[in-house]
Amino acid sequence: MMAAGGLLLGAGTVGLRAATQPKEQVIKILARRFTYSPNQLKLKKGVPVVLELTSADVIMGFSVPDFQARADIIPGRVARLRLVPDKEGTFTFLCDIFCGSGHETMNGTITVVA
Amino acid sequence: MKHPIDRREFLKLAGLGGVVFASSLGAARAAGTMAAAKGGASDDFYFVQLSDSHWGFEGPPNPDAKGTLKKAVAAVNSLSEQPDFIVFTGDLTHTTDDPKVRRQRLTQFKDIVSELKVKDVRFMPGEHDASLDHGEAYQEFFGKTYYTFDHKGVHFIALDNVSDPRALIGEEQLQWLAADVKKQPQDANIVVLTHRPLFDLYPQWDWATRDGAQAIDLLLPHPHVTVFYGHIHQEHHKMTGHIAHHAAKGLMFPLPVAGSQPQRNPLPWDPAHPYQGLGFRDIEAEVKDADFKLTELPVLKA
Repeated sequence: MMAAGGLLLGAGTVGLRAATQPKEQVIKILARRFTYSPNQLKLKKGVPVVLELTSADVIMGFSVPDFQARADIIPGRVARLRLVPDKEGTFTFLCDIFCGSGHETMNGTITVVA
Repeated sequence: MKHPIDRREFLKLAGLGGVVFASSLGAARAAGTMAAAKGGASDDFYFVQLSDSHWGFEGPPNPDAKGTLKKAVAAVNSLSEQPDFIVFTGDLTHTTDDPKVRRQRLTQFKDIVSELKVKDVRFMPGEHDASLDHGEAYQEFFGKTYYTFDHKGVHFIALDNVSDPRALIGEEQLQWLAADVKKQPQDANIVVLTHRPLFDLYPQWDWATRDGAQAIDLLLPHPHVTVFYGHIHQEHHKMTGHIAHHAAKGLMFPLPVAGSQPQRNPLPWDPAHPYQGLGFRDIEAEVKDADFKLTELPVLKA
């Protein structure tokens, strides 16, 4: 686990939570060259979320630079990335492992609302 | 004789922390007035940076995709004084999934640049050349992906931040860099050539090197370090501490300013201003002062 930009982030495992924390939402995201599905996420500020990331073809990255959060998505495995969005706004996520022609536009957005 | 290029049209002055990057010699070389512009110190020299030719790309952003690199080669060859050497900072070719096509593109690229009058050409890979096969095909054509060379008192270091598709320089290369930098005198004049920005220019568009900060940290103890890179298809200047980073224009399509539009799609071709946003760079090395003066040159003279 690492703390960055006010977020608690974890790849691979979901950490222990205090009983008072809000229930985590789980969102499954499928990556395939050169898209994410879904590619637009709406999250609630302060509500933890676990992104379950899988790849349909090659190794991909999933990076949210504004939250300094990222994970490798290896085909055949589920990568788990835990976020606690602590700021409102719309933030880009993208593939940060070069995966071919189309890599440059393999991205999506996370919108965090109050 | 009236020259076809008004110097002011292409001499981009990049103001940065009070420093102006410009070379009257570079302008004179392009305009053909070199004799009148002589005056640099005898140990000074200049080299040319070309970048991001993306050979093999096809699409509306460049209707002359098969001709632009050749025009750039002709433009370099037409400089009234030829550079000591030429560097090519990556994305020589456009990516393809087909290893055979990748090698065809590398072959064609190599044939085209073999027409350069200057035969001392130093290549680096970009992610389009090397990320899908970890630099295997690239190395068959151009050899090592990271190396050093010295020229008239300047120590050049070519760094590979693309053969690992995760945009990592990697521990092995960082150790190699540390050992090389350690061997240099404290006041060495060091130039780093690479493809991706070493700093976080705009990670939201993958304009970064994941472990680039480690390379910068290794270079920081030396007071005279300058980085020239490509990847972002536009001129860009940035200081990290005392280290200057200069991105070059590309030779296939320009990209938008970081974050200026939702997607980093190429800027559209403007028929009224063909080749706009494309170009190459004349870099004047003033060795005694450890200073570099840059002149941005167009693919086609206006």
